[in-house]
Amino acid sequence: MIERRDFLKGCLACGVTAATVSVAGTSAMAAGSFEGYPDAMGVLVDLTRCVGCRSCEAACNNEQKLPEPDLPFDDLSVFSEKRRTTEKAYTVVNEYKVADKDTLFRKIQCNHCTEPACLSSCFVNAYTKTKEGAVIYDASVCVGCRNCMIACPFNIPAYSYSSPLNPLVKKCIFCYDTRVKDGRPPACVEICPQQVMTFGRRSDLVKLGHDRIQANPGKYVDKLYGEKAVGGTSWMYLSSVDFDKVGLDGHIQNEPIISNVKDFLGFVPMVLSIWPALFTGVHLLATKNKDGHHDHEEGDHQ
Amino acid sequence: MKQFLARNPGTQIIDSLRKDNDKGRPWTLMEKIFLGLTPQQYVAQAMSNPLNWFFAVILLVGIPFIIARFFFGLSWAVGDPYDNAWGLFLGFGLFGMVPLSSSGFQLGSAVEVFGRHDFEPIERLGILNGILGYFFAVVFLMCDLGQPWRLIYPMFVSWGPEAVLFLVAWHVATYLSVQAAETSTAFFEWMGWPAGKTFIKKMALGLAVAGIILSTLHQGALGALSTYAPGKIHPLWYSASFQWLYFFVSSLPGGLCMVIVVSTISIKTMGWRCDDTFKNSLSKLQIALAKGASLGLITYLTIRLIGIAHDNKWAYLGTGWGAWWMFEIGFGVILSLVLLVTGVRNNSVTLVRLGAWTTILGVVLHRLNVYMFTFNWQNGHVHIPPFREIMITVTIYTIYIITYRAILYRWPILFKWKTRYSEYAVLDPEPVAIVEAEAARSK
Repeated sequence: MIERRDFLKGCLACGVTAATVSVAGTSAMAAGSFEGYPDAMGVLVDLTRCVGCRSCEAACNNEQKLPEPDLPFDDLSVFSEKRRTTEKAYTVVNEYKVADKDTLFRKIQCNHCTEPACLSSCFVNAYTKTKEGAVIYDASVCVGCRNCMIACPFNIPAYSYSSPLNPLVKKCIFCYDTRVKDGRPPACVEICPQQVMTFGRRSDLVKLGHDRIQANPGKYVDKLYGEKAVGGTSWMYLSSVDFDKVGLDGHIQNEPIISNVKDFLGFVPMVLSIWPALFTGVHLLATKNKDGHHDHEEGDHQ
Repeated sequence: MKQFLARNPGTQIIDSLRKDNDKGRPWTLMEKIFLGLTPQQYVAQAMSNPLNWFFAVILLVGIPFIIARFFFGLSWAVGDPYDNAWGLFLGFGLFGMVPLSSSGFQLGSAVEVFGRHDFEPIERLGILNGILGYFFAVVFLMCDLGQPWRLIYPMFVSWGPEAVLFLVAWHVATYLSVQAAETSTAFFEWMGWPAGKTFIKKMALGLAVAGIILSTLHQGALGALSTYAPGKIHPLWYSASFQWLYFFVSSLPGGLCMVIVVSTISIKTMGWRCDDTFKNSLSKLQIALAKGASLGLITYLTIRLIGIAHDNKWAYLGTGWGAWWMFEIGFGVILSLVLLVTGVRNNSVTLVRLGAWTTILGVVLHRLNVYMFTFNWQNGHVHIPPFREIMITVTIYTIYIITYRAILYRWPILFKWKTRYSEYAVLDPEPVAIVEAEAARSK
């Protein structure tokens, strides 16, 4: 039920958005893609600094009030296998043994894409990219189709399959409600003893990342992962080895995921407008002068 | 039923609105449900069919499984497949059943739009095959959704119109109503409500064209859904430009061949229910359908190959996945094509029926490959669904078969429903009441 006032508010919001887009968004429209909110925040992750202490996992668990983990957070035996995010863990740290260099660790969580695939694949609009950069999730409308899990290029969203009545998508929301909304860094960033992660405005972090690469010749591969990947992500990575070696897809497309679907979506209006005329026309041509077989009300097989 | 009729050759199975004797009174609903047998006779003939016992065992085991899935949660049935979020319920139930149900729009448009009235004896079967396939695809979907009671949310609560799934949801819902209207003519005849049938018949062309539009889009959309996951589906099964065309084009032979398969099963197992028009025209119609299906298949084969050439993916054919791809294409497409074309050429309905089977298996295998087997192939393992998921899938499919058969037994799908007194083989003089009723209707 939509209240009249909400409806009017909605209309107003639409109008304002349309006006804003048409005035302020011209350059973005011309580029054919969304460049991101100007004040979106992000995190720069420097993989060379991480020692795999897992304190970020513990901080996340505490902040998001997640259930007790199967193994305590100081148990390093978890590194024996490659883990992924689950309904109980919105972030996990994995260990990568790299042949010529020493061991690297990488923290995995939602990268908060500028044009998120989860958002664009969701048929009930459960996801929102906030102006602060977080990709948040509205549990009250989620039907549980899990298309976001299919679409996410980083395999991040998990699902609470075990809940019979209220199963939901479980993923990192950038501590939006409790911290980022008020300009404070997320729990994992704040707790990190190694300053692996830098929280700041995304546009500043892109500069910082490139500065750090230039200031330390030979230390990093010359790429800021996430600056361009799938249309840009709020979380970006610096690494001393190829990103493929630390579990990130180094050949990931630079266009947002939605661009793959546009071929098909562009075809929809054509079908809707041309097909009716085309096929009723064919009907007229195909059935003309066919010994009275044209008539449907004839009732020849009643 | 076949054996029952062999033992009781005099039995009259209901195929008309009114009784032949008894002053031509209309059959009651209960009589129609039991096909004119007494309930005892009906149960006895059902019990003597071993297939029913087989079904009973599946239902006895499977229905508790379905109930448990809703009581204990999805993980009880499917585990925690984070990396393979779509398993058998959607991979087979939705993505596999929908293409095999494209027969509804194809036969509907052949007859109503293109004026091919020679397909009329099989039109209703095609449409029924369509609606049942879609309906059970939705049943599978309800089983898979985390919160199925929110199924109407994309319609009424929260819109995500830029999502492909939004289009699929709306189209499948709309198309289900279109098909329900198309199927209802048989239902109205059976119930004896001629006004309903006349009303629907007036919309026949509109419904058929709506069917073409909706089907083109949502069959393609089921493929477009996989373009959200470009890096996850194996490159041999992924093509940004052709993906939705693979799904749409293969659904055409898929649907036609499903009708060939179902009509073959019908004539072999329920010949008593098929009227002479159906029996006599079936071979000819199946060969005509096979002709259409082979045109679809050759197009499908061509675009599958062009897709590989377009992105220059030939090197993948040398890998293990390449062998699996060649099996899918070799068995599902090339072998099917050879069987269908040879069948059409030599007028061999046996070859056509065989080719129809391999075609539908090939289409289903393609859907499973895209959404299950090759999904997240880079993780290095193939997702095999757990036993409970398989059992629930088998159970729902069994319910589908039982429903299908129950409708074919009763509604005038395979036979013509007799509504006019003149069509009865009766010796009594025509009762006055009927004369008046028919005269009133014809005014």
